[in-house]
Amino acid sequence: MLMPDEWEAIRLSLRVSLWAVAASLPLAVAVAMLLARVRFPGKSLFDAVVHLPLVLPPVVVGYFLLLLLGRKGPLGAWLESTFGLVFAFRWTGAALAAAVMGFPLMVRAIRISIEAIDTRIESAAATLGANPAWVFASVTLPLMLPGIITGALLSFARSLGEFGATITFVSNIPGETRTLPIAIYSYTQVPGGDLQALRLSIIAVVLSLGALLVSEVMVRRATARVAGRDA
Amino acid sequence: MLEVDIRHRQGGFRLEASFASDVTVTALFGKSGAGKTTVVNVIAGLIRPAAGRVVVNGQVLLDTARRVWVPVRQRRVGYVFQEGRLFPHLTVRQNLLYGRFFTPAADRYAVLEQVVGLLDIAPLLDRRPAGLSGGEKQRVAIGRALLASPRILLLDEPLASLDPGRKTEILFYIERLRDELRIPMVYVTHEIEEIVRLAERMVLMSDGRSVACGAVSEIMGRLDLRPMTGRFEGGAVLDAVVAAHDLDYGITTLAFDGGELQCTGVDALPGERVRVRIRARDVAISLERPTGISMRNVLAGRIAEVGTQRGPEVDVRIEIGRVSLLARLTRRSADDLGLAPGRPAYALVKSVALDHRSVGYA
Repeated sequence: MLMPDEWEAIRLSLRVSLWAVAASLPLAVAVAMLLARVRFPGKSLFDAVVHLPLVLPPVVVGYFLLLLLGRKGPLGAWLESTFGLVFAFRWTGAALAAAVMGFPLMVRAIRISIEAIDTRIESAAATLGANPAWVFASVTLPLMLPGIITGALLSFARSLGEFGATITFVSNIPGETRTLPIAIYSYTQVPGGDLQALRLSIIAVVLSLGALLVSEVMVRRATARVAGRDA
Repeated sequence: MLEVDIRHRQGGFRLEASFASDVTVTALFGKSGAGKTTVVNVIAGLIRPAAGRVVVNGQVLLDTARRVWVPVRQRRVGYVFQEGRLFPHLTVRQNLLYGRFFTPAADRYAVLEQVVGLLDIAPLLDRRPAGLSGGEKQRVAIGRALLASPRILLLDEPLASLDPGRKTEILFYIERLRDELRIPMVYVTHEIEEIVRLAERMVLMSDGRSVACGAVSEIMGRLDLRPMTGRFEGGAVLDAVVAAHDLDYGITTLAFDGGELQCTGVDALPGERVRVRIRARDVAISLERPTGISMRNVLAGRIAEVGTQRGPEVDVRIEIGRVSLLARLTRRSADDLGLAPGRPAYALVKSVALDHRSVGYA
């Protein structure tokens, strides 16, 4: 019942969002650890920069990405010549824009769950012979799992809805960068596209609702596990 | 077995502790804030002191003069924390086995089945920590520390967060470790009752300093340390042997170097060695042998020392044979009786004042 180009927008949106979450998660964990556990000069400034995408107009973020990572941008040119990696006007660019926009939400959620961890449990692991890397992998990481799930979901939902930064950075190319919100916007701009815009909007609601429900169940399980209750 | 010499500063708190011990259980005793936990954290390697030396079983773990610093994870100290600190996301079995593989195979002496049996935690293995009672948690915490096959076990007030019934339960298991595994332990507490039951030697801590170190009976019998060994619960501790039980009356006779004591509720076989704490406030003094009196323990001795406290109460040390008892009297009584070193006197102790809580099984 859906048209091929509608399917395409949905598939693309899911792919972009999943990649955005997967690629930014390790960095978000590292930044959250840094903010929660380490004291260093310039920490407030660093914290502010991490949160910048939350308060800047998305168009501004997209424009900066374009300046920096466009084919002629300093970083973009270098990435292309060194790794053959191109972000401009590709779906990878859409994923990058989504990742940047969702990053502060992810870091916040993870940081809160790190701060809730009793560090004395980690020193107990050290007295049992575990080295710092193993303490992190076997104690810290599992205990921050609720935050990781919440953060991943927030970033995923933010990515599904990402519009401004994406359209500025990678434009509106059907099949490449025309994600669900951009497709909806495009349909509202052509005569007779109202019905399709409505159908896609309903699908957006269903997707978001589904993601929320799944994460709710996962967070509940992870929280029970972290609290040490019998599952 | 254990050698500790530390100087450290933490904010306004100064720590100066120095002691050595070669017995199975060494107790660190003192009020809260005396620095006991800091000492244990230094032994464990969780705190790096400004200067000091820590040697466990001949292994130098810390020597600032020679720049020796063994990191926590390589020290192989079993640390049982006051609050247990179990891993909430792991089952009891996973908690127990956490440290096992970090110990080199040649040094592993602890066996899961044995430790589980010793602590009676087999029914708990598949459960998670949050559902356990306080006593169960502490037993698992002890088992987890043991299964890493530590060189020494550090117990930081392991009973502090438990209710009285659970305390007795855990004490029983710690006695088992002491008697069956003979693993060296440092036991931190501010309860003299636990020391009498568990420890052979004690280190007295006060305001960040180790004030005295010696056999439990020796430290507890010193009049000059009375302000630090406890006003209410303090008193002489003496070593004795169970001589006989009177089953009809439930009275046990204990023989010590200087006489006999009758008490109630002792759970030991004739011939077994026990340690009895006689609270100073439960001891009365008479210059003549009293008659027509309910007190069953009338011990002939000699006044050895009269305290110099200013307040309404005064401590007196009486020598009975080669053993000292402490008595706490009103200063008025001491003056009225003219108590002075050298005077013959009788120490009177009620048998019911000596119950199971005053007796430790050595």
